[in-house]
Amino acid sequence: MSTFDNPFDPDRNLRAGCACGQHRSALEHEQAESALRCEPIESEDKRYEGVVASAVMRAMFPQDMARRAFLKSVGASTALAALSQFFPLQTATEVFAQGGAPEKKDLKVGFIPITCATPIIMAAPLGFYSKHGLNVEVVKTAGWAVVRDKTINKEYDAAHMLAPMPLAISLGLGSNAIPFAVPAIENINGQGITLAMKHKDKRDPKSWKGLKFAIPFDYSMHNYLLRYYLAEHGIDPDTDVQLRSVPPPEMVANLRADNIDGFLAPDNICQRAIYDGVGFMHILSKEIWDGHPCCSFAASREFITTAPNSFAALTRAIVDATAYASKAENRKQIAEAIAPANYINAPVTVLEQVLTGTYADGLGGVKTDPKRVDFDPFPWQSFAVWMLTQMKRWGQIKGDVDYKAIAEQVYLATDTKKLMTEMGLSPPASAYKSFAVMGKTFDPAKPEDYLAGFKIRKAS
Amino acid sequence: MNSSLRLRAGLVSIVLLAAFLGVWHLATRSTAPVTTMSPEYAKLMGLTATQGKSAMPGPLDVGAKLWDHLKRPFYDNGPNDKGLGIQLGYSIARVGAGYLLAVLVAIPLGFLIGMSPLLSKALDPFIQVLKPISPLAWMPLALYTIKDSSISAIFVIFICSIWPMLLNTVFGVASVRREWINVARTLEVGTVRRAFTVILPAAAPTILTGMRISIGIAWLVIVAAEMLVGGTGIGYFVWNEWNNLSITNVIIAILLIGVVGMLLDQILARFTRMVTFPE
Repeated sequence: MSTFDNPFDPDRNLRAGCACGQHRSALEHEQAESALRCEPIESEDKRYEGVVASAVMRAMFPQDMARRAFLKSVGASTALAALSQFFPLQTATEVFAQGGAPEKKDLKVGFIPITCATPIIMAAPLGFYSKHGLNVEVVKTAGWAVVRDKTINKEYDAAHMLAPMPLAISLGLGSNAIPFAVPAIENINGQGITLAMKHKDKRDPKSWKGLKFAIPFDYSMHNYLLRYYLAEHGIDPDTDVQLRSVPPPEMVANLRADNIDGFLAPDNICQRAIYDGVGFMHILSKEIWDGHPCCSFAASREFITTAPNSFAALTRAIVDATAYASKAENRKQIAEAIAPANYINAPVTVLEQVLTGTYADGLGGVKTDPKRVDFDPFPWQSFAVWMLTQMKRWGQIKGDVDYKAIAEQVYLATDTKKLMTEMGLSPPASAYKSFAVMGKTFDPAKPEDYLAGFKIRKAS
Repeated sequence: MNSSLRLRAGLVSIVLLAAFLGVWHLATRSTAPVTTMSPEYAKLMGLTATQGKSAMPGPLDVGAKLWDHLKRPFYDNGPNDKGLGIQLGYSIARVGAGYLLAVLVAIPLGFLIGMSPLLSKALDPFIQVLKPISPLAWMPLALYTIKDSSISAIFVIFICSIWPMLLNTVFGVASVRREWINVARTLEVGTVRRAFTVILPAAAPTILTGMRISIGIAWLVIVAAEMLVGGTGIGYFVWNEWNNLSITNVIIAILLIGVVGMLLDQILARFTRMVTFPE
């Protein structure tokens, strides 16, 4: 059951029945939580109307009993008609959907042309930004360091960043320490390990000693996942193999030129290598950790405090777009919308294979995995804690780390939860969840114990 | 005699071009399909993999694509996709801005240094250290301090085009023939008038040679700078097409960069001829 029940259903309890106050009972809350995080209602306007109508009904009939009696006696449609007559539901819905007037309407959002940025990009051609009263220009950017610098320089109001980057920037790793925040995760899964064709028979990672791998950036999930994967197979990523930071488009060219043996890269790059016949898909990143975050939508704290309404509208647009992208039936349309030169600039076939999950594996087979890439905006703070453990594991941060404080400062789960609730989506009750990476369970409450459990790590 | 030489040179040029295009065409022909694959799989793969098409485009592909671009050079599909004419316009505007600033600084400063042996000696070590720095090495510093990528690009152009102009101006001013200056002095010509009526015309050919070297360097650097900062310009176009692994478009961009660079150089060469005088 979603939270968007009919408010005129006499049996529905509009008062809190569970932890988040959105469900009739705790059981229903659990169900909603375990279901898709953000199930969009058939029409967004309907959804807002539902939320507003609920509020109005609640105000008119504070007693559930009285409301039920009223609805039972007159019927839902009459009640709706009666309500609309003396309360401008339509106007209230519009006001609600817009939130406060944005302080700044013309915004610039930077992105890197990979499928992880799908919600940020598609929100422009599919009109999600304008729906939330913003005029957003999405600007393609040359690399992660440039995105970082341009966002710090305020050329961009917000940007597409790798999920660990806002943590790194806030901590002052690889740049000045500037407080950044993540109101939404872009995508989960959607990466892969691609190997050069000549390693067709070398599928066991234990035999990968001496190979050269490319990753997009030091502070990336790609780096941490590849290191994790290698270490689990007994390969020390610092001494046994070479890891190079290479901009994604150059990965395919380098693979063709035989400069690298493989890469863990964001998608459309993996699929592009296959499309061009230079590599094959060894595994999807989802096989390492199903549901791992990859990229995030980030903004500086300064922007959030100086233009809170713009920020809220922007987050709404992103959450909205992410919800839209999470639906399998929309994926084809999205692939076509983001393929032109103005956005990702890649062949539609490649993007379709990534987004729909029916793809050529490079070895002559066609595979199907609808969850190859998925979209879920909720910024789990446990994700941040996991990334911090890996940063520490590989020597990017030294000394004691206050995992929880940093995670909560950067990953704005509370604000996102509030926004999602306002939008009529069902956010999870807690910002921490436990998950398993290659079968090893991660408990966000005990990061140090988790860290101590790794045999291979950088000696510090 | 002269015209027949020109004719023969032209002929050799055409033969060389034809030979080059021929070799290029032969080298990039598609080979037969390497392996057989199921049609369902083949549909998901690119032409390189299915038909053994060379990853390098042939001259015909490039020609067709070039025609496409030339047909509509000024289209604008949003912030990340603009026609080649617009991109070149952005690049030329950036080069123009940085270059003009450099002219405004380098020529007066060069005059000053060239006319004063003291300044010349005092500033020499600084110039010698700053001159050989690769302009792109300034990029991170510029981005960090100026905090604006398009102004940073202009700054990089400025800093790379200033040195040849400055040194040539200094050299040209310092090596004006003594007799001319002495004649001016005997006629009691004031310093300012001397600078404009005697030294400037005498040093002009050297100064313009410096400006010609500078514009060449500036055009070389803008492409690299735009690849770094992105946004607009021909350098960004190269990067964007590289992102899509579209070698065809990259080749077209290379061709156009060459043509524009040649035009800029020719303009300066014409100016140089205008101020050159027989001794």
